[in-house]
Amino acid sequence: MTAIRIIPRLDIKGENLVKGIHLEGLRILGRPEVFAQYYYAQGADELLFMDAVASLYGRNSLLPIVERTARDLFIPLTVGGGLRSLQDFSDVLSAGADKVAVNTAAVERPALIAEAAERFGSSTIVVGIDAKRAGDGDWHVFTGNGRDKSSRRVLDWAQEAAQLGAGEILLTSVDQEGTGGGYDIALTRLIAAAVDIPVIACGGAGSAGDVERVLSEGQADAVTCAAMFHYAAVSILGSGVGEESTVGFRVLAERRDYGRVQPTGIPELKRALCAAGYSMRMIQDDHGAPLRPATEAAQ
Amino acid sequence: MNLPQNSSDAVPAPTVAIVDYGVGNLFSIRQACIRSGLQPLITSDPAAVTAAQGVVLPGVGAFGTAMEALHRSGLDAAVTDAVCRGVPTMGICLGFQLLMLESLEFGRHRGLGLIDGVVLPLRELVAVPSASEGAASRRTKVPRVGWGVVHPPSTGGVTASASRWEGTYMNGLVPGGAMYFVHSYGVRLANPATLLAVTPWAGGEYCSAVQIGRLFGCQFHPERSALQGLAIYRNFGDEVRSFAVTGDRQHIASPLQARAGVGGAS
Repeated sequence: MTAIRIIPRLDIKGENLVKGIHLEGLRILGRPEVFAQYYYAQGADELLFMDAVASLYGRNSLLPIVERTARDLFIPLTVGGGLRSLQDFSDVLSAGADKVAVNTAAVERPALIAEAAERFGSSTIVVGIDAKRAGDGDWHVFTGNGRDKSSRRVLDWAQEAAQLGAGEILLTSVDQEGTGGGYDIALTRLIAAAVDIPVIACGGAGSAGDVERVLSEGQADAVTCAAMFHYAAVSILGSGVGEESTVGFRVLAERRDYGRVQPTGIPELKRALCAAGYSMRMIQDDHGAPLRPATEAAQ
Repeated sequence: MNLPQNSSDAVPAPTVAIVDYGVGNLFSIRQACIRSGLQPLITSDPAAVTAAQGVVLPGVGAFGTAMEALHRSGLDAAVTDAVCRGVPTMGICLGFQLLMLESLEFGRHRGLGLIDGVVLPLRELVAVPSASEGAASRRTKVPRVGWGVVHPPSTGGVTASASRWEGTYMNGLVPGGAMYFVHSYGVRLANPATLLAVTPWAGGEYCSAVQIGRLFGCQFHPERSALQGLAIYRNFGDEVRSFAVTGDRQHIASPLQARAGVGGAS
């Protein structure tokens, strides 16, 4: 099979990396640039930055973070969250991002996808889709960070987005996000089997087993994980988090309040997936990053 | 030529022109150049490209649109001239494809004609088996997005070794290492002798790097391929520094010129 991708997702509010905690709101974990460098060194295949509250605070602090991160990062960086126009995309790409993720603005005006694909190249445009189970066994597309139900059904929208020129789909389960209870396998498989472009599964990763399931049964081409990586990272990066001691970090470190999430490092996850037969890039000293298993030629 | 007599007469870092014709993540290419001891200049000015000691031609997006942009600005002539003067040049992703004779993406478009090859959709380049019914099969996704193995080409059934890369911008890289790919079209070369690296995908393999003289092109993004990719920039940097000091002028006939009976060794 084609090499799969492991993509840490960093939700950013202002200058901070944050994590939504069920019933508690957002916890500050530290500085995005520090976590980004750590994940790069640990073998992340790409990084995803999502601006958590862009619509409320504008984007003044996101662009400098993108720039500071991109300066020392030599893996692809996707940035999304509240991006609404070609100018927004251009600003983010000029700051050092390789791809932009667009969600609400595309649902509201699908032609934006075609315009962006024409201007920046299809492979630059990731269409984010937030999906929530409807009462009828189907999934509806939600906008506004998973708050507002649109009239679109997820399969139709995903296929339309692909036809309009999306390079990839970032598919988030609103039901599973933040629970650590695993990805929405049925949702992922429905979309992955229906479009010819890569599908990135998002929302709910709690363990290596969850990742393995969404890759096999869900047929995802790539996965994002947030809490699973961040909770493992805080115990390593504790001293590097920043001068201000963050309440969220202390709470996490002291209470170990991870819910169903099992803190997992990227190397640990990749070794487990490798053992299960998946092909992906593995870091090996400084001189190369061969894919394991050794070759894709057999597929 | 005055060579530095001691460390305080350090030679200034040579300038590498990163061709800006409106698309691509130039920021990361710039960072990779800086890391390699080069002085990058993001520019859309043909004169700046002509004056540079090294050239990087990046790109993302549609071939036809890119060629129009290069032609409108006169950058096509500047890049072609630099290559034919033997200036170390790297074409990356779409920039690599633009070096070819033509592309069959959305019609038929002429490229810069510096390498004898053609650009085709990935599903034509590699005969991708169509998805069959059944739970076990998975669609092959295009664009190809992600890390792929890169190794020297084998010839006559004999697997090539790393020695194929000696003296090229891939000198010292580990065969079988992974680079980052994100593309929907790829290159088929007319002359396999110039093929530097191949990449397996969807049951077949295709060209992922070419080098002719000091002209290098790669389908993957070395500035997005972590340490292996940065090693290519370092080799490129060494070649640019050497060229800047020696001013060794090669003259390379492009395939177009060769067909027209123009050009040759100077």
